[in-house]
Amino acid sequence: MSSHSFLIQSIIYLGAAILTVPITQRLGLGSVIGYLLAGIIIGPYGLKFIQSGEDVLHFAEFGVVLLLFLIGLELNPKKLWELRKAIIGAGASQVLICCAIFTGLGLYAGQTFSLSLVAAMGFSLSSTAIALQLLQDRRILKIPSGETAFSVLLFQDLAVIPMLTLLSLMAPVISPDQGSPWIRLLKSIAAISTIVVAGYWVFRPIFRWIASTRVRELITGFSLFLVIGIATLMESVGLSMALGTFLAGVILAESEYRHELEVDIEPFKGLLLGLFFMSVGMSVNFGVILSEPQWVAVIVLTLVSIKLIALAVVGKLFGLSIRDIPVFAITLSQGGEFAFVLFSQGQQLGILPSETANLLVSSIALSMVTTPFLMMAEEKWLEPQYNWISKRKTQARAEPVPMESQEKPVIIAGFGRFGQTIGRLLHSRRIRMTILDHDPNQVELVRRFGWKAFYGDITRLELLKVAGAEQAKLLILAIGDMEAAFNTALLARKHFPDLRILVRVNSRPDAYRFINHGFEVFRETFGSSLEMAQQALQHLGYSAYEARKTTLQFREYDLKLLKKGAMHEHDLDTLISMAKKEREDLRNLMEDDELRLIAQIEDG
Amino acid sequence: MRVLILFAHPFPKRSRVHQRLRQVIQEVPEIKIREIYELYPDFHIDIKKEQKALLEADVLIFQHPLYWYSCPSLMKEWMDTVLEKGFAYGEGGTALHGKYWMQTLTTRGPESGYQREGYNHFTVAEFLRPFEQTARLCGMIPLEPFLVQGVGRISDEELERIARAYRDLIEAIKKDQLPKPYQTF
Repeated sequence: MSSHSFLIQSIIYLGAAILTVPITQRLGLGSVIGYLLAGIIIGPYGLKFIQSGEDVLHFAEFGVVLLLFLIGLELNPKKLWELRKAIIGAGASQVLICCAIFTGLGLYAGQTFSLSLVAAMGFSLSSTAIALQLLQDRRILKIPSGETAFSVLLFQDLAVIPMLTLLSLMAPVISPDQGSPWIRLLKSIAAISTIVVAGYWVFRPIFRWIASTRVRELITGFSLFLVIGIATLMESVGLSMALGTFLAGVILAESEYRHELEVDIEPFKGLLLGLFFMSVGMSVNFGVILSEPQWVAVIVLTLVSIKLIALAVVGKLFGLSIRDIPVFAITLSQGGEFAFVLFSQGQQLGILPSETANLLVSSIALSMVTTPFLMMAEEKWLEPQYNWISKRKTQARAEPVPMESQEKPVIIAGFGRFGQTIGRLLHSRRIRMTILDHDPNQVELVRRFGWKAFYGDITRLELLKVAGAEQAKLLILAIGDMEAAFNTALLARKHFPDLRILVRVNSRPDAYRFINHGFEVFRETFGSSLEMAQQALQHLGYSAYEARKTTLQFREYDLKLLKKGAMHEHDLDTLISMAKKEREDLRNLMEDDELRLIAQIEDG
Repeated sequence: MRVLILFAHPFPKRSRVHQRLRQVIQEVPEIKIREIYELYPDFHIDIKKEQKALLEADVLIFQHPLYWYSCPSLMKEWMDTVLEKGFAYGEGGTALHGKYWMQTLTTRGPESGYQREGYNHFTVAEFLRPFEQTARLCGMIPLEPFLVQGVGRISDEELERIARAYRDLIEAIKKDQLPKPYQTF
């Protein structure tokens, strides 16, 4: 591809998306439909700007890979273990039931067993991209129905491995480069072990080394390098790329670079996913659809209805309430992107004739389109019946995504000497916090002391979001870089108006600046200096109580002076003359206070 | 008897009378004195420490000026926090049972003011009832208070006499010669 045509292609893709997605969003259909539409429009059956979507499809599949990585990051092994019942239970049941039914239908329709099975496997999987998007959009990832849906999706991802293996076993011709199943198994184990080992022991020191260079692009580059590397490794042994990156994400979820990775990968995932859906749209073979519309319609309808029913049954079996079942079922009712992988493999291995493969792929694509409409219908007709829209909305507000941060009301940015004291006090009261620091060495150090700290640059809005600023009650800015603190404070206040911000300041001029912008400031050394001064007074003959009262009195006056001084922030001369005058005034004030107290003791 | 004096005065150096009283008890060996405004200027009392001191005493003396017919606020804080349920009262709260309790009190106004017809309308004994009852509820035996009234008008000689009387009292208590038990009802 020459660079010239690459640019033209980019314009076409981007232009199409820019056109369609805002429209579908406004219509309440979501972005996925928009991308699909864009793809259809520019594809071989629309305006013919793009002739073949397959190359792009492969490239854009990577968006799904990134998506799974991010999902893995947000999970942690503990959570995964918690979900194991749902994953193995609901997930396995759903896949097995659907496979069985679809295979049966295929046989009934007169197809061969292998064809029916392959089609069934593809149909039984759902679209991770669409389902997750839906779950996140409607903020139900934390609710039981959302969690069960997620568990099913996870199982489906795991199921891809045996499915692909089954596929290669069914092939009339065993392709030479696959080798015997045992070697493949060994290779798979080796690959997965590499990921686990690298994730725990190799990756973090490397990341720390790179992060200490403070070169932004490098950090982002390394994150990409990591994900791409894992995906490639998995592909080379014939395993699902998405599964590999998901695994890596889970392993890295506990590391201090979790937030940084999230922030770096997210934009790429977004773009690539969009591209992915566009290429799905492009590969919808309208030729086939138009020549055999009845078949396509039958397949799509059967696919979706059977899945809806099967999912409803599974949902009921696994304890979902009647109200939650429709959403659960609809979320997973479409065909998934892995079906494309399965079907194209099936075609390559000679199990599926190409017209059949086309038919199936188009059906899957069309089934994806049904989901947003079904969701809309559910919202408009079913929910008012149940009369619990308000209940779900409050539930959603109370249990929003992401999964980790909702119980962490405090974000501490900066975990050096100042932040740590605060952290220790809060921790002693069992208050949960998200701890961030920009110095990878500091992060590593405090982690060794048992703190769950994360590396990240707090001045970035994406990091604030990912750290849970939307749900948090309090942001403690304890960083030493006053400029960064200032920018962060403004940014946080602008985007998270409900977030209360407490700011550490190093000097009086810093204090003035923040005060004049309406922030609550805490001078770094003021408290300790006063403590020492109080002790000094005691050693100079003051009683403990007198020393204390004097110190408190002084503190009060000084705070007033600070506010006054802020009004003359930029006028050094005034500040100087004010300071001099106030030092004198303060002596008189404190003396008056003392005299007042003593006057109370008429004792001679 | 082991004697523990709980001394509460925010600015003892400014009070001639309390200075002298304070000095004089220091002359009696083995008397424990806890000056709580010195120990806890930020009103954050070490409860365990105070309770331990109480356990090691047989006679507890509250020594303080009468502020608004009661004790200075830190002493009240002391009472509120140290006399815990399960320690001083309530189930299992028998730590102070059988111990003696006394107050050493100074008032600005003279004795004449502390009468029904006087400007304070009540006697000192009546004002001290909350303390008396507190001691009783904790199983302690209240002893007659040591009162120094009209402190603004006491001459130096008078003060000396009072100080010596106080020291003698404390020494006697130490030797198990207790003042009369005290009951105002």
